[in-house]
Amino acid sequence: MGQLFSAKNKDVLASPIGINNPVTVQVLGICSALAVTAKLEPAVVMGLSVTIITAFSNVVISLIRKTIPNRIRIIVQLVVVAALVTIVSELLKAFAYDVSVQLSVYIGLIITNCILMGRLEAFAMSNGPWESCLDGIGNGLGYAKILVLVAFFRELLGSGSLFGFNILNYDALKEMGYMNNGLMLMPPMALIIVACLIWYQRAKHKELQED
Amino acid sequence: MNTNSNSYTIIYAAVMVVIVAFLLAFVNSSLRDTQTKNIELDTKKQILASLGIRGIADAEAEYNKVVKAHMLVQADGSLQTYDDTKGFVTNFERDYKENQNNHLFVCEVDGTTKYVIPVYGVGLWGSIWGYVALNDDKTTIYGTYFAHASETPGLGAEIAGEKFQSAFKNKKVLKGDSIAIGVEKRVQPEDVPYQVDGISGSTITSKGVDAMLKQSMSGYNQFLISQQ
Repeated sequence: MGQLFSAKNKDVLASPIGINNPVTVQVLGICSALAVTAKLEPAVVMGLSVTIITAFSNVVISLIRKTIPNRIRIIVQLVVVAALVTIVSELLKAFAYDVSVQLSVYIGLIITNCILMGRLEAFAMSNGPWESCLDGIGNGLGYAKILVLVAFFRELLGSGSLFGFNILNYDALKEMGYMNNGLMLMPPMALIIVACLIWYQRAKHKELQED
Repeated sequence: MNTNSNSYTIIYAAVMVVIVAFLLAFVNSSLRDTQTKNIELDTKKQILASLGIRGIADAEAEYNKVVKAHMLVQADGSLQTYDDTKGFVTNFERDYKENQNNHLFVCEVDGTTKYVIPVYGVGLWGSIWGYVALNDDKTTIYGTYFAHASETPGLGAEIAGEKFQSAFKNKKVLKGDSIAIGVEKRVQPEDVPYQVDGISGSTITSKGVDAMLKQSMSGYNQFLISQQ
């Protein structure tokens, strides 16, 4: 067991959630961060879906990495990811129909999510299945963390609610002059919030700053 | 083994494709029944939504309570009971194209009869569809529900919002003997009883809704003008 959670493996899991975040540091997966973060619920579901699919596809690719012909490795990776995404989408349609309706447009985006291809190429192709699984979970959670943070601010300030529950829509607040900011629901605000998160992270970690 | 040889690459690709195809076919066929049930329930929820019944827990029970009869409108405007043994239709567009069936749901809300008509068309990026509920005079609208596959969020997608849908309430469907209900960019004063303001920034989706209403409801014209 000690081997499974060695210092190196813990780092593989934890670093993408913190210092080496795929969204804020590697700037991957931005387009879906725009698309699904107007509300918290789809952001959470999208984050979890990406986590599960990154972990599974990392494991699958890592298991067959020694057999993959080098010249068609990207195609093999795409087929594995596309198959997994299709299966998840079918499962959602069967067991969480409302969520699948909401995610229908975005579920296809998972296939093209650069985090997936990036992790497969950079990690799973050269590491064992267990490390790859941890790497997938770590990167998925790192992505989910940013999505949830962005969605939190957008839904709270844009719609005055969280997970659809009313937080700020009260007459007393309106009389004091508070209004929901409709701009927060527009895609550009997702980028601006992501940029603020990047700003915060780089200000805190000097080593991330470039000249 | 040389994993870079041509024959290895080709065999690898072929085997992989076959395995993946079997896997997907298996998943699809084993989940199809559950998925069909979900789609049916969703269709029933949408019909209820057009009647202003939204966000209820047990849609199936509510549907059975509210919807009194599922009819087909004939060319002369008369009604014929839909044969339930053929299964619940969820794609009204396909059923019209294949069987020329114009479906009509006769419902009862608060003791009065309402008629729900399914409508379907195309928006900017993909298909749009909805349900129009009419009062028992068959000319004024009681409520509507619209949905879309992939319209632009914040613009065309607003047709799925209650603000746009409730604008249809109490509008008249017929002007004389023809379908007049629609969506217009700038509604002329004389058209106010029949037209709803389009959504600014989504002209094509608004036009799509307009065409959808006029086209889908034209099959019901004889039924709507018949006094019975």
